[in-house]
Amino acid sequence: MLIDPYVNGIRRIDELMKYVKFGSDNAEIDARDLRHKELNDLIRECILRGVRKLILRNVCGQRYIGTRLYFKDNIKVEIRIYGTPGNDLGAFLNGHRIIVYGNAQDGVGNTMDDGEIIVHGRAGDVVAMTMRGGRIFIRDNVGYRAAIHMKGYKDKIPVLVVGGTSQDFLGEYMAGGKVVLLGLNVKRHRCHYVGTGMHGGVMYIRGKIERHQLGKEVGIVEMEEEDWKFLEYVVEDFCSYFGYKADEILGDNFLKLVPVTKRPYGRVYAY
Amino acid sequence: MKLKSHLLPEFIVERIESRCNKCGVCVKQCPWEVYRWNEDGTDIIIDYTKCVGCQRCVVYCPNKALIVKPYEGSYRPNAYWTKEVIMDIKKQAEQGGVILTGTGNDKPYKVYFDHIVLNASQVTNPSIDPLREPMELRTFIGRKPDHLEVEFDEGDYIIKTEIPPNLVIETPIMFAGMSYGAISYNAFLALAMAAKEFGTLFCTGEGGLPKDMREEYGSCAIVQCASGRFGVDPEYLNCAAAIEIKIGQGAKPGIGGHLPGEKVTEKISETRMIPEGTDALSPAPHHDIYSIEDLAMLIYALKEATNYEKPVFVKIAAVHNVAAIASGIVRAGADAVVIDGFRGGTGASPKIIRDHVGIPIELAIASVDQRLREEGIRHKCSIIASGGIRNSADVVKAIALGADAVYIGTAALIAMGCTMCQKCYTGKCAWGICTQDPELSKRLNPKIAAKRLVNLLRGWSLEIKEMLGGMGINAIESLRGNREHLRGIGLEEWELRVLGIKGAGE
Repeated sequence: MLIDPYVNGIRRIDELMKYVKFGSDNAEIDARDLRHKELNDLIRECILRGVRKLILRNVCGQRYIGTRLYFKDNIKVEIRIYGTPGNDLGAFLNGHRIIVYGNAQDGVGNTMDDGEIIVHGRAGDVVAMTMRGGRIFIRDNVGYRAAIHMKGYKDKIPVLVVGGTSQDFLGEYMAGGKVVLLGLNVKRHRCHYVGTGMHGGVMYIRGKIERHQLGKEVGIVEMEEEDWKFLEYVVEDFCSYFGYKADEILGDNFLKLVPVTKRPYGRVYAY
Repeated sequence: MKLKSHLLPEFIVERIESRCNKCGVCVKQCPWEVYRWNEDGTDIIIDYTKCVGCQRCVVYCPNKALIVKPYEGSYRPNAYWTKEVIMDIKKQAEQGGVILTGTGNDKPYKVYFDHIVLNASQVTNPSIDPLREPMELRTFIGRKPDHLEVEFDEGDYIIKTEIPPNLVIETPIMFAGMSYGAISYNAFLALAMAAKEFGTLFCTGEGGLPKDMREEYGSCAIVQCASGRFGVDPEYLNCAAAIEIKIGQGAKPGIGGHLPGEKVTEKISETRMIPEGTDALSPAPHHDIYSIEDLAMLIYALKEATNYEKPVFVKIAAVHNVAAIASGIVRAGADAVVIDGFRGGTGASPKIIRDHVGIPIELAIASVDQRLREEGIRHKCSIIASGGIRNSADVVKAIALGADAVYIGTAALIAMGCTMCQKCYTGKCAWGICTQDPELSKRLNPKIAAKRLVNLLRGWSLEIKEMLGGMGINAIESLRGNREHLRGIGLEEWELRVLGIKGAGE
């Protein structure tokens, strides 16, 4: 007998409604006793009933929050999460806004398409993996392989802003988008292989980092006016979310990293 | 420093002078620059050293004046140091890189399909004539429930059990993942049109589904979510019939994909969201999947993203422990397991990987089916066999070994015009299939190519019905895993054991 832990024994939606408190324009869900799918069933049901602002309390490891919110009529909602959401928070996110008051686990914004995720804490591995659009703000540090294979096309440019530092392989295979590492409260960045295989997009790093910590496919170039304009815009938002002072951050130097070539592996083949 | 090439020509072009009227069609048709006009435009000069043997000029020469055949000149015959081995070494000595190639493994490994024969009814049970009696090829792909609760109500019945999403196809043949990027828009569209017309499905491969095709062809598309996540947006997932997580591919198990920069044109750049002219790099692993538990996480992320309405397939290359891996995949929640054998094709793969990694599909299907049955979870998923299915007999044998349906890729391309020249990675396909060059792509009319594909599906389906009828079976469902209808010829004891079949005469 094969038991499917994700769907086996999931309660019906009418049995779950007792966990929701409807307000005037919002709804509050107590997630304490809810499983992954039950919580997401409830979130979807609330939105189908017209709720546009959700507050989730006592979240503890439930996965895929915000993932099942693709609606043909382009509904956009805001979800505030208290506690620790589980893996794949906002995976494939379709333009919604998620604010986490706590830490997040792995896969925040995995293949996210549009919207905004704000985490008042740290996040785990593969944050913003293959992200396609929208913005992610993480107040503290992130784990391994953040922004791996991030993409971007013309005006659809995903943005990841990390307040602290990251672990290895930040921006590996990066093909587009913008990553900002602010290095707040960090003596020096300890990550290695930053931008290994990078072939598109740009990274801005504040704080001490050595050339040997960077992948061989990235180059350091001069900051230009456009870069500062972009940084002002995102750093101001970062500061307004997390209570930092933008002037202090922007007063320091940033290292701008771009790919050396669009075809890092063009020469490994014989034809 | 460019070194002088020591390579021998691969093909030779012969022109029958009496038939050639110097019309110049060959000059126009050949993207390899084999033909060119002389200075005063009175004659056509042939540089056969550039010929890849695609036969485009031969087919399109209005006077049938051309013959293209393998270049006969060779080194001293040597059964060990063959011409191919010597040429590969020379090529690498000149260019110092990984040798790229296209299509599937072409080496003379044992073809198990050709060592298996089918049964037919004689006297003891009647065969069925499919031309006059009902014959069912309809196939359901997806997870089946453990048991079925049915309530009867005055001749009517209601199925009480909640059934996981299943797909209906009218023949057990679907088109394998070939991405828009690897193949041209016209070739991609032709596959979609044919799938829709015949009532089957096509897989998008890893290049997304262009927005203008979603409304019309989404319902017959299996959209792929591979390690590069190219073109994966919420609408893409939700417009499709099913989603396929691609872990591996028979032509290049264990390695990622590199769509060469030559093929990343503006349109491709848009669907994949990468800069124009860069190589589209698909990482070797999914970086959010390092275990079966992680795979379960992505399967359910995709189910969440599509409100549990779509089956999720997981495609792997057939490798040594394929049965155990498949079991893990089913336990992770996949609705179908796609197994791609080592004959599976590719638009670009390192030749050394294509020719030496992976196992034959026949052995893989049999061992996966057997393992899932032993574990009592065979009904939890469909098995889709892929990689080198050449004709309807291969389809029947694959199903009798335990598959629910097959994917065809190479055969579909051949139906559209491909001649297996293996130069897909150059992006210069003379037949307009494996190219992004607008002039070359125009050569493939999607309507006509779709017609050829539909004809192929119709021909194979008729043949499958004939074979089923001969065995006395009237539904493809009854053939699945029915190894009693197979016998082996020229196989060793262990091979018969893995295949789960008896020897001929037994």
